[in-house]
Amino acid sequence: MPDKKIRVLIAKPGLDGHDRGAKIIARALRDAGMEVIYTGLRQTPEMIATAAVQEDVDVIGLSILSGAHNTLCPQLMKLLHEKGMDDVTVLLGGIIPEADVAALKAAGIAEIFLPGTSTQDIVTFIHGRIAH
Amino acid sequence: MSNPINETTQTLPSGPAATQRKPSAREQAWQNNTLQPALERSAERQPEFTTISGYPIRRLYTEADLTGWNADRDLGLPGEPPYTRGIHATMHRGRLWTMRQFAGFGTAEDTNQRFRYLLAQGQTGLSTAFDLPTLMGYDSDHPLSAGEVGKCGVAISSLADMEVLFDKIPIADVTTSMTINSPAAVIWAMYLAVAEKQGADWKKISGTLQNDILKEYIAQKEYIYPPEPSMRLVIDTFEFGVKHTPKFNPISISGYHIREAGSTAIQELAFTLRDGLEYVEWGMRRGLDVDEFVPQLSFFFNAHSDFFEEIAKYRAARRIWHKAMVERYKSKNPRSWALRFHTQTAGCSLTAQQPYNNVVRTAIQALAAVLGGTQSLHTNSLDEAWALPTEFAATIALRTQQIIAHETGVTNTVDPLGGSYFVESLTNEIEAGAWEYIDRIDAMGGMVKAIERGYPQREISEASYRYQVELDKKRKIMVGVNDFVAQEKPLETLQIDETVGHRQAARLSQLRADRSQENVSRALATLRKAAQGNDNLMPHILAAVKSYATLGEICDAMRDVFGTYEEIAIT
Repeated sequence: MPDKKIRVLIAKPGLDGHDRGAKIIARALRDAGMEVIYTGLRQTPEMIATAAVQEDVDVIGLSILSGAHNTLCPQLMKLLHEKGMDDVTVLLGGIIPEADVAALKAAGIAEIFLPGTSTQDIVTFIHGRIAH
Repeated sequence: MSNPINETTQTLPSGPAATQRKPSAREQAWQNNTLQPALERSAERQPEFTTISGYPIRRLYTEADLTGWNADRDLGLPGEPPYTRGIHATMHRGRLWTMRQFAGFGTAEDTNQRFRYLLAQGQTGLSTAFDLPTLMGYDSDHPLSAGEVGKCGVAISSLADMEVLFDKIPIADVTTSMTINSPAAVIWAMYLAVAEKQGADWKKISGTLQNDILKEYIAQKEYIYPPEPSMRLVIDTFEFGVKHTPKFNPISISGYHIREAGSTAIQELAFTLRDGLEYVEWGMRRGLDVDEFVPQLSFFFNAHSDFFEEIAKYRAARRIWHKAMVERYKSKNPRSWALRFHTQTAGCSLTAQQPYNNVVRTAIQALAAVLGGTQSLHTNSLDEAWALPTEFAATIALRTQQIIAHETGVTNTVDPLGGSYFVESLTNEIEAGAWEYIDRIDAMGGMVKAIERGYPQREISEASYRYQVELDKKRKIMVGVNDFVAQEKPLETLQIDETVGHRQAARLSQLRADRSQENVSRALATLRKAAQGNDNLMPHILAAVKSYATLGEICDAMRDVFGTYEEIAIT
């Protein structure tokens, strides 16, 4: 029997519309055989958490380039916890200063991918993390 | 292709096939006697060479690549049609480009300080970056603004903020560019109101409003309203500008963001110029005379790292615009024919890794813009893959332009690359590639229609993914990213004070307490009513701004009437 496909929600929280990275990742993960749902732009943490529950995803990939990560990520993690989604792997990509990394990981972000990461590294990380 | 409206993405223009070239006897002899033996001794490094956009480049360009090219017709002389060599007779010998560094962060006070610092360092024009809530038409205290206030630019929620932003900066004496799109009419009204308060004559002030909504739907995605009412607002600013601010550019038709979203150079050129034609057509439909408003339209292009491709792109842009103005719109005024443009070096080429290398990238990109005949230039700072620039990094970026202007000698002659087999041939090919796209979008019924069916968005997504695959497979190299990698210590970056949001919120409550609520309500009601009709909205927006209605309140009044836009996400 074929393995169940890994389900990924790619989300763009905040007001920023720069979606080049999010779209590339969505496509690369799909090409790697995952089931990818892309939320589109300007999602609040509430909208993302709700979509994650409805779509029953294994992974949430957030793309943030605006500097709002310190506000948006902890909010999302809190909402996911409240919805009993502690098992979901939350990844963050974008422009994230190194000084912010430790606090974001402490808030529950599994990994942070900075500019220049190859899409293959992200695929490998997800496969390593989600053993179906 | 039989159907011009083919929804599948087109293969990259491949350029004239090698078989179309008719090399001279001398070149054929060279191929046999010199080239072949050299290739047999050692093969070239790659089977094929392409630009960063994936456009194929041949080994050698000679007169065989310029068959049918006519120097008199296609190159001309500077300051004359078709403007291939530049729009002014003396170009940078007469006047250097405007060194215009984009700046904005935190509160209006913070950015006012940076503006005054840059002017003191010899910068010759101001360029304002607004934060995301401002760009999206939300006040700093709106729930969706949480975490975003002052981060990507300055927070401007009312005329009161704009007064602080230009405190002790005489609007009559500086030219100011404002990077604002959906709420451009509102921000411009705030600027005009400050100018009035300073006693500056609207007829004399100069500057540029970005105000290019089409590229927002295509690439940057900072839209509020649907295309129709958005275009109405843009044309309102054109109409208002023709009457009241003849020296102000009401729009900067932008390829920059299209390129940053991952397009090729040809796509950047084609979509930007087709956007330009769309604005011209909507202006004419309003009843404006082409030769009255087109001279005020300006352009904004990216300067990416592929040096000659970029130079050819700027040269082709001027030729296409001239042709379109004269042939399509029967323009009689040479000021409508000459495409004026600002350039910014490519943010997307900057690397977070080994950030000092970005100084080198930026210098080379800036040089391409100068050789391509730019009127104005922003050079990115070395730390911008991490954050907004520190004062230290921003100073090096400005110094880069000053070194090009004063030390390299490239400004000593006009269009030094004119007549180069390679540059002329690439200019021709890029122009032809852009016309193919323009024709295709014409066949769809214009750019608004093309956007509604997701055509330019899909073309850009494809190009962007293709380039990522090239990087992942190391067929294209980014130094410090997928090759020549090294460990190094992190850079000191600018920290935006997290209290900006609270300070802005406090200022807004104060403003709401101090102003006459009655005046505000009346102005907003008048604006809402006008939005339902066909009036030019600028006078109504100005009245609302002067009553100290906030940006969010004014944009909401129009949201009530126009509705909002949601795109169909394409991945």
